[in-house]
Amino acid sequence: MAKKSLKLALAGGALALGLSSGAFAAEIASGKMLVDTCAGCHGTNGNSVGPASPSIAGMDPLVFVDMMLAFQSGDTYSTIMGRIARGYTEDEFIEMGEYLKEQPFVPVKQDFDEALVADGEAYHEKFCSNCHEEGGKALADVEDYIILAGQWTPYLQYAMEDFMEERRMLPKKMGRKLEQMIEEQGDKSLDALYAYYASQQDYKQE
Amino acid sequence: MTMNRRDFVKTTGAVAAVSAFGFPHIARAQGKKVVIVGGGTGGATAARYLKLADESIEVTIVEPNETYYTCYMSNEVISGARKIESIQVGYDAIKALGINVVFDKATAIDPEKKVVKTAGGQELAYDRAIVAPGVSMLYDKIEGYSAEVAEKLPHAWKAGEQTRILRSQLEAMDDGGVVLISAPANPFRCPPGPYERASQIAMYLKENKPKSKVMILDTKQVFSKQGLFTQGWEKLYGYGTENAMIEWLAGPDSAVVAVDADAMTVETSFGDEIEGAVINIIPPQAAGQIALDAGLADDSGWCPVDMKTFESTLHEGIHVIGDACIATKMPKSGYSANSQAKVAAAAVIALLNDKEPGIPAYVNTCYSIIGKDYGISVAAVYRLSEDGSVIDSVEGSGGLTPSDAPDFALKREVQYAYSWYNNIVADSFGT
Repeated sequence: MAKKSLKLALAGGALALGLSSGAFAAEIASGKMLVDTCAGCHGTNGNSVGPASPSIAGMDPLVFVDMMLAFQSGDTYSTIMGRIARGYTEDEFIEMGEYLKEQPFVPVKQDFDEALVADGEAYHEKFCSNCHEEGGKALADVEDYIILAGQWTPYLQYAMEDFMEERRMLPKKMGRKLEQMIEEQGDKSLDALYAYYASQQDYKQE
Repeated sequence: MTMNRRDFVKTTGAVAAVSAFGFPHIARAQGKKVVIVGGGTGGATAARYLKLADESIEVTIVEPNETYYTCYMSNEVISGARKIESIQVGYDAIKALGINVVFDKATAIDPEKKVVKTAGGQELAYDRAIVAPGVSMLYDKIEGYSAEVAEKLPHAWKAGEQTRILRSQLEAMDDGGVVLISAPANPFRCPPGPYERASQIAMYLKENKPKSKVMILDTKQVFSKQGLFTQGWEKLYGYGTENAMIEWLAGPDSAVVAVDADAMTVETSFGDEIEGAVINIIPPQAAGQIALDAGLADDSGWCPVDMKTFESTLHEGIHVIGDACIATKMPKSGYSANSQAKVAAAAVIALLNDKEPGIPAYVNTCYSIIGKDYGISVAAVYRLSEDGSVIDSVEGSGGLTPSDAPDFALKREVQYAYSWYNNIVADSFGT
């Protein structure tokens, strides 16, 4: 099916649910204007030069909005993102998500342990690929992807630490798979996954 | 949640199918000229964002220095945590975008003829100008201080040679010396800067010259991120104890009013004479010289602007951004300059096309590194108030690192500070 505009789709949803964000659509800055305020930490058009702040270009717009709402509420732990997220409305996140989706994700160039890549790929296939399709790449017409391939490793490490320390909501299925992987393959399996994701540097988000 | 919402949307999404938004109309300001005075963070960002949004605009930067040193992270050069080369930026990436860079000093702006004049005799015509000159040092507010004396008693408040001087003086200092920092009254560039500097110097002294200390002479009673700095100093540098490596002398009596470069002393307004082995004078500041010369500043020494577009309220067609402008309540910071540059660039493009400028959005994010693995931050998301008189932070947003932040979080903030640095430099200068 043709992909609907997220803005229209969510507006429809919000109307049907009788929600009101309190902001008038006409008074929202453009997606570009809003996303430009992110660039100082997340890079021009959302492609971060790293190392710890992630690229946000090319994200699935709904994943972006949900992530920002979770930072805003504190459901997802952060040092600073939550403080900033509380400065925007959901409508503004929707504008930002749409604009970011138009900015192709560029896999980052970073060092990784080549010796671990093959293992990492195998672990990914076995434990992660049910949800994280195509090696965790930034995709085009698939929904709900989360960009792992070509994302900054320190960011992925922080996020994983937060999942494991219960500072970030760990989906049940992911928790089970993670437990299984670490039981079978030990803690080093995480390093192998990071190496595999970091090794994917040459693909294009189509 | 994501799936549910999306499924919901799929079945009901047709409700609001009438587009009120239409397709973005991309207007082109064919052959229009924008001259940008100053190639620092604000000026470079404005140039890039103008060109990235509309390559038909002829963009020229006038900047006297071929190499720029970022002020942010220069405190890490002073402590030796990083090399000065790592805060050095050139203009090749900016030129590669098709932006003209004129290495010359702007000496006058004629708002009637719409021309920027340079020391080298060039006259650069503009349709709109953006002035981003940073700050000028008000040396004469401190008796005995001047640009020449600053070679011995550095301000190091513009990075580069001044940073090198302060670093080499700290390296040459004998153990047991006192490093004096004179912090200025508000407003000034980088409000947490003097206190991060004290922290960074203390970090260096603790490792290398443990009998030495830093003494801050401050006319102010309160300063940016004060609670977090104090907490960090207590934890790392014995602040408040007999062996404190940082002392903070605060209040009007502690203002430095005179310096004696031969005797290596400063005099406070109370009349105390204090000797320093190294003396860092951060003088009071005003808008950069060209802004003063061009009549863009008011009696406060700073430039009033329409905060929606950053167009000067004193001279039409000239926008002032960054440290030089009055952008109440944004602080004078690199991130503010970068953020304001984007608002100004979007407004300039709209105005060149005879369109109403869009709704602006602004952010400031600022990190300070107090010691190894010890970073803190302040952030704010801003909106223009309805009457346009103030850039106000959104209620409930922003604010400081929590005072009970665990060690892992303070350590992460250092990594985020470095990521902030890399990204803001890349975003501003295209490197």
